[in-house]
Amino acid sequence: MRAKSFRLLLLLVTLLFALGLAGCGGDDDEAAEDTGATETTEGEAGGTLVFGSSSDPVVLDFALISDGESYRVNLQIYETLIRLKPGTTELEPGLATSWEANEDGTSWTLHLREGVTFHDGTPFNAEAVCANFDRWFNFKGSFQNASATYYWQYGFGGGFAEPEEGVAGPEESLYKSCEVVDEYTVMLNLTRPSATILQALTLGPLSIQSPTAMEKYGADEGEVDADGIFHPTGTYGTEHPTGTGAFMFESWTPEDKLVLVRNDDYWGEKAKLDELIFRPIADNAARLQALQTGEVNGYDLVEPQDIPTIESDENFQILNRPAFNVGYVGFNISTPPLDDIEVRKAIAYGLDRQAVVDNFYAGRGQLATQFMPPDLEGTADDVMQYEFDPEKAKQILQDAGYELPVKIEFWYPSDVTRPYMPDPKRNFEAFRASLEKSGFKVTPKSAPWDPDYLGLNNEGKQPVHLIGWTGDYGDPDNFIGTFFQTDNPQFGLDKSKELDGVQEILNQAEIETDEAKRIELYKEANRQIMLLLPGVPYAHNQPAVAFQANVDGYVPSPVDNQYFSTVFFTGGR
Amino acid sequence: MLRFVVRRLFLLVPILLGLSLLVFLWVRNLPGGPAQALLGERATPQAVEQIERQYGLDEPLPVQYWRYLRNVSQGEFGESTKTRRPVVEEFRQRFPATVELAVTAGLFAVLFGVPLGFLAAKHYQGPADHASLVVTLIGISTPIFFLALILKYIFAVRLGWLPSVGRISVLIDLDHPTNFYVLDAIIALNWTAFVDTSKHLILPAIALASIPLAIIARVTRASVLDVQNEDYVRTARAKGVAPMTVNHRHVLRNAMLPIATIIGLQVGLLLSGAVLTETVFAFPGIGSWLVEAIKARDYPVIQAGVLFVAVIVVFVNLFVDLSYGVLNPRIRLSK
Repeated sequence: MRAKSFRLLLLLVTLLFALGLAGCGGDDDEAAEDTGATETTEGEAGGTLVFGSSSDPVVLDFALISDGESYRVNLQIYETLIRLKPGTTELEPGLATSWEANEDGTSWTLHLREGVTFHDGTPFNAEAVCANFDRWFNFKGSFQNASATYYWQYGFGGGFAEPEEGVAGPEESLYKSCEVVDEYTVMLNLTRPSATILQALTLGPLSIQSPTAMEKYGADEGEVDADGIFHPTGTYGTEHPTGTGAFMFESWTPEDKLVLVRNDDYWGEKAKLDELIFRPIADNAARLQALQTGEVNGYDLVEPQDIPTIESDENFQILNRPAFNVGYVGFNISTPPLDDIEVRKAIAYGLDRQAVVDNFYAGRGQLATQFMPPDLEGTADDVMQYEFDPEKAKQILQDAGYELPVKIEFWYPSDVTRPYMPDPKRNFEAFRASLEKSGFKVTPKSAPWDPDYLGLNNEGKQPVHLIGWTGDYGDPDNFIGTFFQTDNPQFGLDKSKELDGVQEILNQAEIETDEAKRIELYKEANRQIMLLLPGVPYAHNQPAVAFQANVDGYVPSPVDNQYFSTVFFTGGR
Repeated sequence: MLRFVVRRLFLLVPILLGLSLLVFLWVRNLPGGPAQALLGERATPQAVEQIERQYGLDEPLPVQYWRYLRNVSQGEFGESTKTRRPVVEEFRQRFPATVELAVTAGLFAVLFGVPLGFLAAKHYQGPADHASLVVTLIGISTPIFFLALILKYIFAVRLGWLPSVGRISVLIDLDHPTNFYVLDAIIALNWTAFVDTSKHLILPAIALASIPLAIIARVTRASVLDVQNEDYVRTARAKGVAPMTVNHRHVLRNAMLPIATIIGLQVGLLLSGAVLTETVFAFPGIGSWLVEAIKARDYPVIQAGVLFVAVIVVFVNLFVDLSYGVLNPRIRLSK
């Protein structure tokens, strides 16, 4: 009996397996059709584009995200009051058609676009705009978490009406109130003048969302657990995101796909694609192979070593994003011997930055002379330059009374490529060699990028370190303001007073509404920074995006404002 | 039998408690934390401090651990710090993916491993034996991720026969009542989806099956060699029993015990192998879930994920122990 049931089981398993294999078979044509993601139509418009993202978005409530992948998806659904001209950091009208400030810059009047409706049919008007500002200002509990409302807090400078412990309140908040002047005019009142407000309004998370949908689907609803932690319970951010953008939400199966469809009632030029699908693929090599098999039509964050493979195949193309980043060698200037400006100067002369840019950036890099990308207003032509000169470096150290070699601890991250630093290890090795020719003895230190390396960096535990930054919007405040305006422990500014003068200039610049004066202040800050040397900037780089050759119309953006509405297929592959 | 099962289940409690403490301490000793991981370059000391306070990570470790235990005992596993979705919901979605993959890989390993080992033993020192040695050596010594990349390159990139990532093509719409995609396709009577999800399983399953297949083949070979020289096999042959029957009823049946043990042990291997396989194939199961969670210092997911996996391994081992009784009636578990 037992033998019989064993045989029966064996038979069943074999049958199942055979069935599975039969199912897996199929002729070649069918296989190609099933694995291929592209559903191109002849001509230019229509079709489905599948984009390989590195992860799912966190949520589709734009106000509550701080990561790049969420930014990318949300930006197709929602729109900001002011937007960036595609491929640049220049302002252009978005949901607001024009704007002006009062005399002291504390109140901005924004004239809104008429005839715009949200995807749920709710009219876009002044009330909707103010409802969003009120929502951000009145966020409570875990919505005040910096990873949820990073852009409201750190991009815009917003605080909260009822702040949790350690969070900015109404007094520190730049935002004061939003007034409905008439149906298509709002007045935005600030607690102090801000020169960066227009750039900040281009940040995706400050997009205007449908107040009706947010109310209906409980965008702000949630429950507080026994530990006092707030858990959102609404379905707005997962099933019903509603904006005014060129694409509308269709469906989302986490870990599988997120589907957007064209908004046929869009107020501006309508999207060319019928459908836009984001497919999460965390592994870099897997994303490249998915492009090669046609399972995705494009992907971002292309690894530098993959660029030649993609470029050499006529079926694919590489698009370059404008360089809007800076890689630098940072110093903790409160740690000996880096608290001595002479040592920092000697390091600056001892870094062969040009060689690093020439050898490890695949022709896409540019030598940095200051902590901002070159095209940004506020860049000074006359900052102190430090050309590689090992003899001079040694001389400076000896004149300052040091016995050679001077020991320094130099950190670099492992397992990562960043837009501004495609190959940290080789950058480090080249710098180490040039520094050791210049009177230094380098102790190498390394850690995995995030959160290990960045955590140590944020705690000021890396005396000399490789790091950098990619801008969010086109203003010097987003570069040198971010680095030096606060007591940033990365540079040891929490313990050193050396950059207090620079901080003062940056504070003035932030509230200066006269553009010419403001730019002059940033230039002055750049000059002083390059004399005080809290670090040595070395590269600006163009990050790459990969697409199949038949994809056109994608305009690479220097920042995260990357629109897909202009993308189309040029015909079969 | 029942006492044996109950005793084994009771053993789960100290195992899980010990494991939860180990994992709890381990994740908190990793450099950086969820707040730093979430914000990356944008982290400032104030922002990190603020997030840690909101997650209660600024409290003393014993307080955090006690709160964690209290929540877990009430079935509260918390929310992922990265995706903000409930951990249990994510597990429900990802677990079936790993089961589908592991079962398919297990089937591959058994259905090819046992016959391979059997043939090798039957043709001891012959070409079949040597061939099986080569195959199993390659299987054991090739790193899974390398094999996975090679398989993808040949069958997906070059030949275009099979997909390279995920569980289903994005252009196929399928409801997921069970999250077992193959089963979902059958329920929906969607033949295209069935073929598609099955195809998505083939390459990852082969990659994942490589090591267990090799081990099973080796053990089968050794076990069959042992058994086929036993007196009762010779007797059976001598009294003229058909060779097929001898092989099946006398040799293989008796050789199955060590094979069953080794198959049971492969479950742990399949789960650990899934970590690499799922990552390379962007296959959203438990393995890639844990990898992403460790990268993001997603404490709730790491803690819960490890416990879930431990429970699975314990249950599978229990099941294997119980199967001994079926395979060999002389073993009585209740004693």
